[in-house]
Amino acid sequence: MLENTNIKTLDKVVVRFSGDSGDGMQLAGNIFTNVSAGLGNQVSTFPDYPAEIRAPQGSLGGVSGFQVSVGKGVHTPGDSCDVLVSMNAAALKQNHRFLKPGGVIIVDIDSFRESDLKKAQYTTDNPFEELGIKAQIVEVPVTTMTKAALADSGLDNKSVLKCRNIFALGLVCWLFDRPLDAALRHLQKKFAKKPAVFEANAKVLQAGYDYGHNIHASVSTYRVETEDPKPGVYTDINGNTATAWGLIMASEKCGRPLFLGSYPITPATDILHELAKRKDLGVKACQMEDEIAGVCSAIGASFAGNLAVTSTSGPGLALKSEGIGLAVMAELPLVIIDVQRGGPSTGLPTKTEQTDLMQALYGRNGESPLAVVAPASPTDCFTMAFEACRIAVEHMTPVILLSDAFIGNGSSAWRVPEADEYPEIKTPNIPAEKLAGGNWHAYDRRDNLGRYWPIGGTEGAAHRLGGLEKDSVTGAISNNPVNHEKMVLLRREKIARIADDIPELELLGNADADTLLIGWGGTYGHLQSATEELNAAGKKVALAHFRYINPLPKNTGEILGRYKRIIVAELNTGMFADYLQCRYPDARIMRINKIQGQPFAVSELVDRVTKYMEED
Amino acid sequence: MEETQFTPADYKSDQAVRWCPGCGDHAILNTLHKAMATLGVAPHNTAVISGIGCSSRLPYYMNTYGFHTIHGRAAAVATGYKVANPGMMVWQISGDGDGLAIGGNHFIHAVRRNVDINIILFNNKIYGLTKGQYSPTSARGFVSKSSPYGTVEDPFIPAELVFGARGNFFGRSIDVELATSQEVLVAAARHKGTSVVEILQNCVIFNNGIHNAITDRTIRAERTITLRHGEKMLFGANNERGLVRDGFLLKAVTVGEDGYTIDDVLVHDAHTQSNFLHQQLAMMDGLGDLPLALGVIRDVEAPTYEAGVSEQVEEVRAKKGFSTLRDMILAGDTWEVK
Repeated sequence: MLENTNIKTLDKVVVRFSGDSGDGMQLAGNIFTNVSAGLGNQVSTFPDYPAEIRAPQGSLGGVSGFQVSVGKGVHTPGDSCDVLVSMNAAALKQNHRFLKPGGVIIVDIDSFRESDLKKAQYTTDNPFEELGIKAQIVEVPVTTMTKAALADSGLDNKSVLKCRNIFALGLVCWLFDRPLDAALRHLQKKFAKKPAVFEANAKVLQAGYDYGHNIHASVSTYRVETEDPKPGVYTDINGNTATAWGLIMASEKCGRPLFLGSYPITPATDILHELAKRKDLGVKACQMEDEIAGVCSAIGASFAGNLAVTSTSGPGLALKSEGIGLAVMAELPLVIIDVQRGGPSTGLPTKTEQTDLMQALYGRNGESPLAVVAPASPTDCFTMAFEACRIAVEHMTPVILLSDAFIGNGSSAWRVPEADEYPEIKTPNIPAEKLAGGNWHAYDRRDNLGRYWPIGGTEGAAHRLGGLEKDSVTGAISNNPVNHEKMVLLRREKIARIADDIPELELLGNADADTLLIGWGGTYGHLQSATEELNAAGKKVALAHFRYINPLPKNTGEILGRYKRIIVAELNTGMFADYLQCRYPDARIMRINKIQGQPFAVSELVDRVTKYMEED
Repeated sequence: MEETQFTPADYKSDQAVRWCPGCGDHAILNTLHKAMATLGVAPHNTAVISGIGCSSRLPYYMNTYGFHTIHGRAAAVATGYKVANPGMMVWQISGDGDGLAIGGNHFIHAVRRNVDINIILFNNKIYGLTKGQYSPTSARGFVSKSSPYGTVEDPFIPAELVFGARGNFFGRSIDVELATSQEVLVAAARHKGTSVVEILQNCVIFNNGIHNAITDRTIRAERTITLRHGEKMLFGANNERGLVRDGFLLKAVTVGEDGYTIDDVLVHDAHTQSNFLHQQLAMMDGLGDLPLALGVIRDVEAPTYEAGVSEQVEEVRAKKGFSTLRDMILAGDTWEVK
């Protein structure tokens, strides 16, 4: 049926949906992602939305975007898009810069009336010319067509207009040869309780698809390569959901119920939402009165014997710092999730950054070391949330998980792990013989220096904890100066010994290169793509990506020592570079930094690494 | 005291008590040991959680699970504890600064949620551990190190906060009124839901005698009334005084005078749902005509937070029937690659 069209076969394509924040761009994007993943494409998404829930309709401030890359070798949502869908004039203005040369723009031409152009602050009556767009523009009367498709539906005008996004989705599905039945299944699920709305959306989806088919002669369509993934059951998952599920897996593996004490904060709230739903798996998720109560209720739950977690973003982490210090002192397991956003203060609540690293490492009074880990991708959030719990429980310490808005909201296809793929967590229950003998003390330590973790109610294990310094043996309050120093060093050593219990740093790319590119946390996809591109272009680069931040993997110094030139790329002004430099003063560290609330673009990484290599 | 298998000594830890000699906290601690023995909940099934301040040292003197946390946050820690481990009996120890200043938010929300914890509020109207600053319960004009010319703000009345937060249990005692304290603490523990017990406590160093206008032995019988559910509201050295309705308000009368008989004296109903009269009783300050109310002023059953959480978990679990995370995921939107 596509015989007359210009078919482009690509490894991967990037589509960006843009519209008003109430236009349902996130839904259309999510369904397109799920459908593509179901076809065997790798997927990576980037929801880019404003902090305002509903800015004035048609205004520049209210534009919401959803970018997705599908295909083969997909590590990131892409720097720029092949197809841009813009539901109105404001969305086009805000998003046309993301289009690749030779890309296609689909606009709802019904939303380019004079008043729309005025609201979007155009100064002429030809927006395309004014923006200097040279791309293929497909002007589709989306609003008119949606209304026509639903003329007999009996829905009111407002409900009809809410289906415009699905018309655009239908058109995009045609463009990329996506079967509609999968999209219909997602819609059915989404509108399970509103059959009339489902029917309307189903009709509009088909209308969008048919519209594409009827105009096909004039547009390029795409055939996207699929990858042969590892056999198994897959689902599409975003980083925040993966984080929540990783915690549940850890709870299953450590034999203690999961407790969450939290307070809503962008962009971490979805973790609270997901865990609140997971009462069906026994999770007790409590929305507390503030961030402090979030962490403190979790500390109480931990003392009571539950696997306890609090979730937040940067401002909330600041509020929790005294509570986290208490968990350091009481040596209780606690997982603190910080989905980082732009700061300082309220900053850029919906945008991504890696600027809480120093706060996580040092943001408490006194000598208060704790473990810090950082997931590398949306799906890695599962693994690292599990790891945060494992370390917290086995080493009896608070652990901060530094996620970020980019991977927290971004999604990709994820193979559901089999039950035995994750290890049992060795929960430090007090050995029965120790308890029976009556010689157990609250501050007795195991080989890794972690305490034991009795469940409240255990006979013979009643003990007192608190924020005051404790005697190193009995756990009674102690003001003894020598004891205090001993305890400070002990708590530090306890964290240091976690290094014996985490994987070594792996090298990717070309290990024999002179240049080592370093990243940490959520920038992995971009660094991986940049490394591949650089090596493909004959510029030899190795990549070391850190997911264990404190302590660092044991072989870190040895690896840094191998390279002439080390480039640390991060979304802050150089916090991890400073952290590494003060530990490894001999390393020759250069920096790539970006603080724009946006992820790296692969192209800018390639350019800046190349520049360092050429100038050095 | 009712007989149980435990004695007060079973609840005492081996730590030396380090409050100042003469501090009201000693009496409260001893009363708490006795109340716990009366209740008969084993020490290892009891958790005592405190914030920061002189009174918050109390958990160290208990042979139970105990946690001396951070300033103001005891209610939040105790809430998490109780939700996570509902089988434990949970006590919270806070002073007026810890509970009502830095911890005011957690205090009202714990009361609102009605989590089953027993809050003992040691009210000495001063910050003792930081050596004498005014607290949120200090009277307007109170002179302290941080208010050398007198405060220019009005205090909280703890009971009023409890009712404002829709509390279901409020009791009051005085540190030296051992029997009343014990009775109120036992009732607080038996009440399902958040119980607040305000104990007027004397700080012998920084605020000695602050409650004397009410608690002095020579006048205590006239200035206080001990309320008991189902009993007439009588007070005075010979129970000759009583409380009667006066329009919407209360009035203290002498039985047999001015035409008032014992039949006019109100009978205390701590269990009535309406808190209208409970508030009036709790707001009597003992400084004018009306005596300060001691005893259990309000004790009304209501659903508790932790039971609500547990019941919802059980209900949803039974309905969905997942036993593992994998079950839950596989029931959702997935596809298989072979």
